[in-house]
Amino acid sequence: MAAPTMHRPTTATSSTQTITLAKGLNMGLRAAMERDPRVIVMGEDVGRLGGVFRITDGLQKDFGEQRVLDTPLAESGIIGTAIGLAIRGYRPVCEIQFDGFVFPGFDQLVSQLAKLHYRSQGKVKVPVVVRIPFGGGIGAVEHHSESPESYFAHTAGLKVVACSNPVDAYWMIQQAIATDDPVIFFEPKRRYWEKAELDPTARPEPLHTSRVLRRGSAATVACYGPMVRTCLDAAAAGAEDGIDLEVIDLRTLSPLDLGPVFESVRHTGRLVMVSEAPSESSIAAEVAARVQQECFYSLEAPVLRVTGFDTPYPPSKLEEEFLPDLDRVLHAVDRALAW
Amino acid sequence: MSSPEQWTPERPAGTPAATAASPTAEQVIAGLRATSEGGADLVQLLTPEGERVSHPDFDIEITAEELRGLYRDMVLVRRADREGNALQRQGQLGIWVPLLGQEAAQIGAGRAMRPQDMAFPSYREHGVAWCKGVQPTELLGIFRGTDHGSWDPLEKRFHLYTIVIGNQCLNAAGYAMGQKFDGKVGDDDGEATIVFFGDGATSQGDVHESMVWSAVYDAPLVLFCQNNQWAISEPTERQSRLPLYHRARGYGFPGIRVDGNDVLACLAVTRWALDECRHGNGPVLIEAFTYRMDAHTTSDDPTRYRLSDELEAWKLKDPIERVRVHLVRQQWADTAFFDEVQAEADQLAAELRDFCLNMPDPPAKRIFSEVYAEPSPVLDAQRDEFLEYLSGFETTVGGGH
Repeated sequence: MAAPTMHRPTTATSSTQTITLAKGLNMGLRAAMERDPRVIVMGEDVGRLGGVFRITDGLQKDFGEQRVLDTPLAESGIIGTAIGLAIRGYRPVCEIQFDGFVFPGFDQLVSQLAKLHYRSQGKVKVPVVVRIPFGGGIGAVEHHSESPESYFAHTAGLKVVACSNPVDAYWMIQQAIATDDPVIFFEPKRRYWEKAELDPTARPEPLHTSRVLRRGSAATVACYGPMVRTCLDAAAAGAEDGIDLEVIDLRTLSPLDLGPVFESVRHTGRLVMVSEAPSESSIAAEVAARVQQECFYSLEAPVLRVTGFDTPYPPSKLEEEFLPDLDRVLHAVDRALAW
Repeated sequence: MSSPEQWTPERPAGTPAATAASPTAEQVIAGLRATSEGGADLVQLLTPEGERVSHPDFDIEITAEELRGLYRDMVLVRRADREGNALQRQGQLGIWVPLLGQEAAQIGAGRAMRPQDMAFPSYREHGVAWCKGVQPTELLGIFRGTDHGSWDPLEKRFHLYTIVIGNQCLNAAGYAMGQKFDGKVGDDDGEATIVFFGDGATSQGDVHESMVWSAVYDAPLVLFCQNNQWAISEPTERQSRLPLYHRARGYGFPGIRVDGNDVLACLAVTRWALDECRHGNGPVLIEAFTYRMDAHTTSDDPTRYRLSDELEAWKLKDPIERVRVHLVRQQWADTAFFDEVQAEADQLAAELRDFCLNMPDPPAKRIFSEVYAEPSPVLDAQRDEFLEYLSGFETTVGGGH
């Protein structure tokens, strides 16, 4: 069986190259910095080291210490000074080293970054991008595997996106940087080393759009970030059993772009929403609420959620059980089909 | 001039030991004395009695006209502040944040700024706003509940009021870093940033981080702390063992305590600090030692936590009276001048009142206005649904009556 396609097929040209998701981000950052001298990168260890995941590798060498800042070790400081730099006219791209470390910066994110445009009624723009490697599956100690995206989607004034693959990583980081709103940019850290073919001359999808990655008719599976690979694998396995799943990568978490999901659910009658984050008051909960409102008469089964549990992230020896996997996705699909 | 040790000796002169949790009577008296006396390092150029004194490091040439200008600023700002307070008491404003007693600190610092300098206020900086060309009328919306700050922060070079304590210090540090990255620091025409915060804010992590950041990036940032002795009900002893200006020593830059009720000293020290910054020798911490003569806000009741004796003692150090006395003693101003300023102040207050009473409520669609710089279809849909709901309601109600 053919592997599921994650992107529109592109004709191989000399410009096409194989890249990892990490490389896609690196190339995207570089392109944005080359295009606009006001783009600066700041964070802990992003300069000389190139970041703990090497996402900013080589940028300080090429753009200098004034555009790639190894900052003091203080997340509120990173976000708070990025806001000041943005007021001054810069377009800072902040790296938060791990998901669980964003909280010291949460006050600045919620109280200032999210609200300045509104408070000033558009007189002050704060085009700050906050990159956050998120999610588990890497066997890490606590605070290194969390999925805090719902906090940010719940906060008016922030835009929130999650990339799932190398090609999107390359385009979406550039689009986020070009946006005049603050963007919280989630990167699926356990997918950093997955590869895909990139054609840098191609035309990217708009940033705030979800995408149907695989067509199917039995049920719709919506997901984002690291769960996209999991769901595509589940769809491939389902296909072997004759279950034809439609897989949608949400990509944008705030604002949500649920048009394609509504359209899909009206067709399939069933939705399984997959996310690593705990389910309570989550993106998955929001999608479920909106789908039942918009597709009430099309639903053949309740919207089912496959998520992390409503617990703190467990010790890593238990994360395989905690994280949604292919079997849990297919189990939910079976329940939806049997309803 | 920029050695931290020069301004912050290891053992501060004449300061009491840290106050214990259950202070003795002697410690209470020592605390009161510490509150009303700035200590040996206090920079002062005009005594509470209106006598001009000199200082070895900070002095200032001031003309009669300039001093009359500072007096006028302070009187007008105080009058606007009192009118704001009255408007709250009459139900026209939801809350007012009085600056009474802090006029010298704010006018001194405000008039020390050059046009190219940027200011980040807390929420009590009505005097600094005045100096930056933000009219008292423009402040009212925040307290009446019609907006979150109506002026253009970039045009006025005066950021929006910041209510979360200490947040603005990091924003200011970032802005100052930008001034440096832009190559706008290093000569007489350089730019600088000044950020205002209170004694309570010095306990916030963001304020500490702003000192770390501005220090390691050599940012042209003046950290201007108005120590008005009270963070709502908590005295400075609840924030620090050391005098606040000593904090600078730990971060490696100068910290200076200035008489915050002396407009000349505030002007001189802030002008020096901004010049240090614009020449690339920032940051600088200034502790303006002053007193909040009114409540924290109109919702507060200071009689629950402080003695009236303290207020009476500080009234003798009023920032405006000492300038008035000096102007009279120098024969730099006559009765006609003082009457003129008072008339102007009353006129300003009348205009402020008139403006306030005629402020329209914002329309419902304002709820959704400018949340984002770029479109958000989900929010747009929510707005449209709500406005449609409202319009239907209006028709029904209107038709029914």
